[in-house]
Amino acid sequence: MIPLQAAVIGLVAVGAVAVVLTRDLVRLAMASSLYALLLVVLFLVLQAPDVALSELVVGAVGFPLVIVVAIAMERK
Amino acid sequence: MSRRSRLGLFLFSAAGLGALLFWGVAGLPDFGHYRGPYGYVLNAVAQPERHVTNVVSATVFDFRGFDTLGEEFILFAAVMGVALLLRDVRDEHGGQRDEVRGDALRLVGLGFVAALFVLGLYVVAHGPITPGGGFQGGVVLASAFALVYLAGEYHGYRKLVPTPAVDFVEGTGAGAYAVIGLVSLLLGTAYLHNFGPLGTSGTLASGGTISMLNIASALEVSAAFVLLFTEFLEELIAAEEHR
Repeated sequence: MIPLQAAVIGLVAVGAVAVVLTRDLVRLAMASSLYALLLVVLFLVLQAPDVALSELVVGAVGFPLVIVVAIAMERK
Repeated sequence: MSRRSRLGLFLFSAAGLGALLFWGVAGLPDFGHYRGPYGYVLNAVAQPERHVTNVVSATVFDFRGFDTLGEEFILFAAVMGVALLLRDVRDEHGGQRDEVRGDALRLVGLGFVAALFVLGLYVVAHGPITPGGGFQGGVVLASAFALVYLAGEYHGYRKLVPTPAVDFVEGTGAGAYAVIGLVSLLLGTAYLHNFGPLGTSGTLASGGTISMLNIASALEVSAAFVLLFTEFLEELIAAEEHR
C-alpha cells in the first residue's frame, strides 16, 4: 500500500464517521455526496476508473438528489 | 435483565464478533495481491479475442453479458415500479415558481448542460476503448437533462423530455439488449454470444456486440434515470400545489 492509498483510505474512514454523525437531513445529503466524492478518489487511486465513474454519478449526484427531493416533499 | 448483566452479555458477544472479524480479515489476501484466476484470463484474452481495450466492457457486455441483462432489467423493473406508484393522470403543472432568476446561475448552469451532454456521449461512445460505457455515460446524460431543471425551469425541462418519448427510449434500450441476445441464438450460437464485426482495436466501432449492447444499455439507463427524476419532481410539484 503506497502512502497515497493509505491517506485516501484514512480520509474515507473520516468521511464515513462524519456521515454517521450528521443529524440534520439536508446536511446529510451534502455529507453523503462529499463522502461519495472521497470514494471516487479512492477508486481512482486503486486504479478502478470504471467504478469511480459509476460512484461519481450515482453516489455524488443521483443519491443526494433523490434525498433532497424526498426532504422537500416531506416538508410540504 | 439488569444493566450489569446486559453489559456483560454485550462485552462477551462484542469480543466474540471482534475475534471472528479479525480472524476473517487476517485470512484475506495481502493488499494488492489478487489471487483469482479469472481476472488474469480476461486481461489476457479480451483484447486479442474481442478487439476491445476496456476489459471491463468486454467482461460486462460479453463474457458475463447474461448477468448484465439481469442487472438491466432490475433497473427497468425498479423504475417501472416507481412510475406505477407515482404516476397518475395529470397535466403539466402551471406556474413559474421554479424559474431560476439569477442570470449568472442560469448562464453557467445551462452552459454546463451542453458540456455534460457531450461528456455523456463521449463516455458512452468510448465504452469499448476507455473506462466508462453505457451505464456511466447513461447516467451522465440523464444528469445533463436534470441540470436543465436545476439551472433553468420546469417547463423547459418537461418540454425537453416528454414522458412518452422517455418511456419509448427506455423500453427500446431494455428490449434491444434482449433482442441482440436472440440474434445470437438465431445465428446458432449461445445467447448473447458475440457475433458482430469485431472491427479494429482502439476505434469507436470495435468489439462487435459489445458496442451494440453498450449503446442499448446507455439508452435504457439514461431514460430510466430521467424517468426517475421526472416522477419525483412531479410528485414534489403536485405536493406544492396541493398545499
